[in-house]
Amino acid sequence: MQNLLSIITFLPLFAALILAVFLRGQDEVAKKNAKWVALVATSATFLFSLFLITGFDPSNTDFQFVEERAWLLGLTYKMGVDGISVLFVMLTTFLMPLVILSCWNVTDRVKEYMIALLVLESLMLGVFCALDLILFYLFFEAGLIPMFLIIGIWGGANRIYASFKFFLYTFLGSVLMLVAMIAMYVDAGTTDIPTLLNHNFSSGTLSVAGFQIVGGVQTLLWIAFFASFAVKMPMWPVHTWLPDAHVQAPTAGSVVLAAILLKMGGYGFLRFSLPMFPVASDLLAPLVFWLSAIAIVYTSLVALAQHDMKKLIAYSSVAHMGYVTMGIFTANQQGVDGAIFQMISHGFISGALFLCVGVIYDRMHTREIDAYGGLVNRMPAYALVFMFFTMANVGLPGTSGFVGEFLTLVGIFQVNTWVALVATSGVILSASYALWLYRRVVMGDLIKESLRTITDMTTRERAIFAPLIFMTLLLGVYPAPVLDVIGPSVANLVEGYHIAVDAYEPMTELATHTAEGDH
Amino acid sequence: METIILFAPLVGALICGFGWKFIGETAAMWVATGLLFLAAFLSWIVFLSFDGVTQQIQILRWIESGSLSTDWAIRLDRLTATMLIVVTTVSALVHLYSFGYMDHDPQWREGEVYKPRFFAYLSFFTFAMLMLVTSDNLVQMFFGWEGVGVASYLLIGFYYRKPSANAAAIKAFVVNRVGDLGFALGIFALFFMVDSISFSQIFAAAPDLAEQKLTFLWRDWDAVEVIALLLFIGAMGKSAQLFLHTWLPDAMEGPTPVSALIHAATMVTAGVFLVCRMSPIMEFAPYATSFIVFLGATTAFFAATVGLVQNDIKRVIAYSTCSQLGYMFVAAGVGVYSAAMFHLLTHAFFKAMLFLGAGSVIHAMHHEQDMRNYGGLRKKIPYTFAAMMIGTLAITGVGIPLTHIGFAGFLSKDAIIESAFAGGTGVAQYAFWMLVVAALFTSFYSWRLMFLTFYGTPRGDQHTHDHAHESPKVMLIPLGVLALGAVFSGMLWFNSFFGHTDQVAKFFGIPYAEATEGGHGEDTAHGAEDGHGEEASHGEEMAHGEDDHGAMAEHHYMLTGAPGEGAIYMAPDNHVMEDAHAVPKWVKVSPFIAMLLGFIGAWLFYIRVPSLPKSFAETLWPVHNFLLNKWYFDEIYDFLIIKPALWLGRFLWKRGDGNIIDGGINGLAMGIIPFLTRLAGRAQSGYMFHYAFAMVLGITVLITWMMIGSGAE
Repeated sequence: MQNLLSIITFLPLFAALILAVFLRGQDEVAKKNAKWVALVATSATFLFSLFLITGFDPSNTDFQFVEERAWLLGLTYKMGVDGISVLFVMLTTFLMPLVILSCWNVTDRVKEYMIALLVLESLMLGVFCALDLILFYLFFEAGLIPMFLIIGIWGGANRIYASFKFFLYTFLGSVLMLVAMIAMYVDAGTTDIPTLLNHNFSSGTLSVAGFQIVGGVQTLLWIAFFASFAVKMPMWPVHTWLPDAHVQAPTAGSVVLAAILLKMGGYGFLRFSLPMFPVASDLLAPLVFWLSAIAIVYTSLVALAQHDMKKLIAYSSVAHMGYVTMGIFTANQQGVDGAIFQMISHGFISGALFLCVGVIYDRMHTREIDAYGGLVNRMPAYALVFMFFTMANVGLPGTSGFVGEFLTLVGIFQVNTWVALVATSGVILSASYALWLYRRVVMGDLIKESLRTITDMTTRERAIFAPLIFMTLLLGVYPAPVLDVIGPSVANLVEGYHIAVDAYEPMTELATHTAEGDH
Repeated sequence: METIILFAPLVGALICGFGWKFIGETAAMWVATGLLFLAAFLSWIVFLSFDGVTQQIQILRWIESGSLSTDWAIRLDRLTATMLIVVTTVSALVHLYSFGYMDHDPQWREGEVYKPRFFAYLSFFTFAMLMLVTSDNLVQMFFGWEGVGVASYLLIGFYYRKPSANAAAIKAFVVNRVGDLGFALGIFALFFMVDSISFSQIFAAAPDLAEQKLTFLWRDWDAVEVIALLLFIGAMGKSAQLFLHTWLPDAMEGPTPVSALIHAATMVTAGVFLVCRMSPIMEFAPYATSFIVFLGATTAFFAATVGLVQNDIKRVIAYSTCSQLGYMFVAAGVGVYSAAMFHLLTHAFFKAMLFLGAGSVIHAMHHEQDMRNYGGLRKKIPYTFAAMMIGTLAITGVGIPLTHIGFAGFLSKDAIIESAFAGGTGVAQYAFWMLVVAALFTSFYSWRLMFLTFYGTPRGDQHTHDHAHESPKVMLIPLGVLALGAVFSGMLWFNSFFGHTDQVAKFFGIPYAEATEGGHGEDTAHGAEDGHGEEASHGEEMAHGEDDHGAMAEHHYMLTGAPGEGAIYMAPDNHVMEDAHAVPKWVKVSPFIAMLLGFIGAWLFYIRVPSLPKSFAETLWPVHNFLLNKWYFDEIYDFLIIKPALWLGRFLWKRGDGNIIDGGINGLAMGIIPFLTRLAGRAQSGYMFHYAFAMVLGITVLITWMMIGSGAE
């Protein structure tokens, strides 16, 4: 299995190509075929990824399954995974078949929809596997396009506005990242990520146009990357694209967006910001902490005021990503472990919550909370599933939502108790908005005329939720499968980080220092 | 065996909740109940045969991250064993009782299946509660802690069509989460300081911890004080102590068996259990424990005052629970953890019985809960009356003064009041007087309940009274069993929980040693590490302290256990329990007198001169309204917290996200978007669509070409 990562990454793309080239017609049969091709392709990808996880050696903190080939224009095609990235690959391959299943009832441009989703999967997998800056950038940016199309073509009434907002926000961040990458290439002479991880970027204080920049080159590069990843996460205050994008996106789009696309930002922080610019990370960590803490409280409060189910869950996502950014920059084992765990777990939980909205949206074609009420009377199975994920979302111990939240908070407490206090208070707010949403939608008597004939979940819908429930419970009760895999890599990352930070002495280098020198 | 006890309720919950479709409703309910009785039976075996040696049983790995290592594991010691019997016994009886109570519930429509769901929730609750009490580390305890919270949420909101029930359910969960905030921070702080969250390691580190400082928020604190206080905030939420008590009365929206099990006997005592469990920490935190005493005493008083004027039978008992929990915290706070556990045990029996009795009354009266519509029911429902009478005698503390003969509450409550007096500090004195006054009020409202319900003339709907009927056997049997507990549990276990030092030490598995005559060693340089287990005297370390209560026993014993040895830890300089045995006679008699006064008052108000309450309420209307509105806590919270939070949410959304962020930071982009949107107007025609697809396909081709190009090499 020399090319395992390439096979996993490009299998969906290959399927998309087949669909694009060979599938003709717009009749029912063609639509059905398109769905089946997509389902088979994503399932096969998942099966292949099982070889990846079983063959992966967690105790080895180097990159594994590495492939390296020369590419055009002197660039290198390099792929590989370590303990930090391998689970994101698994998350993606695990969720995509479920996403395909969730849009089984789509009738509008099915073939193109499937192609978009398959292309998107390939690009997302590429992001997590890429070990070359240019390759990473290509995947990272190209991922925008299918998502942009999914929102813009299959989205709701206001989709054009939302898709452009989404595109612009994320694109503007990326431009800065590209500049930073070029600077890194100039500085280090390579685009190879493993090499860059061992490269010391200068952290001597810089003087630019009269301003003293503590942390020097590292700080500048860090900020450039931050601009891109913070938008992707999204962090407060650049989060406002997310609720709009979610509201307008079709269910499958929302699921992919919340469950996987958002994780690219967190992955970026872990792959670039923390290990490559440790001094800058250390200097700017308080900023991240406070942005995260504000995000948790602010967006939770805003979630309380929402009338639209998807918007509410979108704001809740922003709050949960706050725990992730906070955990990452604690730069201790618990914090980083927790952040990764939270991302994985949020993939299942938020994905499931958007699917929950999708279930009733498919029936009633509205996301207004006020349009519902008393669903438990006619949809007991749905009520149970929704309850389960509501509880998982508020971080109930025994579900995976707890482990991540708990670990990040343990991590932050060791660094800053004020932030810990503010962030922990998020558990009160999350319980408030989540249970209130549940009450308004599911509880009460069923009095609305329009809901009288609503039907409970179909077998297909149950089949989508079953694996998600299983994973949420499994990781909540027995998180070892995740923690064991990420543990050694995270330990390695944290250790390197602290060595670098401890070696940094800001006063030894003077303000006249310029950009060229490493130390 | 412990593992069976722990998981039997979970299995029951799953079978009952999901399996009833296959095995039938009744069978499913019996499976759940049967498994609970099995668990209860085994728990009694464990309790009675327990030898005091702490055992640990690993089950499964849980969260492991760096030095943080958590297992699913059982810690079996006397505290656990005591809680096991409380939880499983009451739960099993409540299961049985529910067969009768939940039958033909008028809240449900014809043909609706609700009973298996109810039983499944009950069993699930029991499982979570057992996880809480058997835990060997704080995080697993937190699992149980939140798990019972969810079960409580589900059961309070069991009548999901009632808006008031749904609101109460959310309130319970959210207010509890406020406490959980403190609990969680306490766990983080402990891990930060001790690098472990397992009990045995925390306890072992407690003496060192007492020397250390912790930077928390704006300054350095004694680490152990901060931790103790944070953990207690968690306990306040779960045990409905003042400021975080508002959810408990509302929780009465749940079916009555739920109130008996969760909101009287078990879940609400979790906070007390937590404080006792953490006794090795608490013992080193004098300020935090003073706060516990203060808050417990104030709660006991506050809740008792509110209980005086409530008209809903369940709310009276709810406030009574709140008040009794305050008693337990006082005992724990002054350092007599065994007395707290003692009252927890006896209270579980008599309070569960009072609730189930109230449920029986409600059942008889067709779900009427307002006591103003009761009256003269003693003949109609004699068994229920007898049970309620026993419960009332127990809670008010009837017994023979200066002896150890009396109903359960007499022994355990008096133990607490004596401990408070012996506590010595100013705050303990405050607690003593508050508790005595609260005992008077307790007696008043308990007898008021009895008189209003069972004596006098029938009031309210005549039809309802005519059809009042005694409850079926499945409801009466649990009452009978609990009545046994309410009568005898105090006398049976008095010595074990509150006897002489050696008896208590033996019971809790704490190492102890005989002290040289008279002294109990004020300055013992605590000989804990070396001499545990043996009864050999540790005379060499004793100082001959002043002793003013030598009359109690021939031999004196002292506890020599280090923190973590045995189920509870009492520091060598903690003699409150011994001193409590030697308090002046008037102190020992005072709760009895308070009880008598309360009884006489209630008798005067509701039997002798029934017009008195009305005239009192009219002349003292400000006081009456103040109490009737529960000191206006709900209104204040609504005004100070809930309304502002909602307003802030809306403000941040519309102004923050809408105007400032969208309008300001990306003002540029917002200028561009409309322009682009106009351009994209053609998207509908398909132009945009094809253009975009060309982009995707372009990238696809590009990457494929790169792949092929690279493959060629």
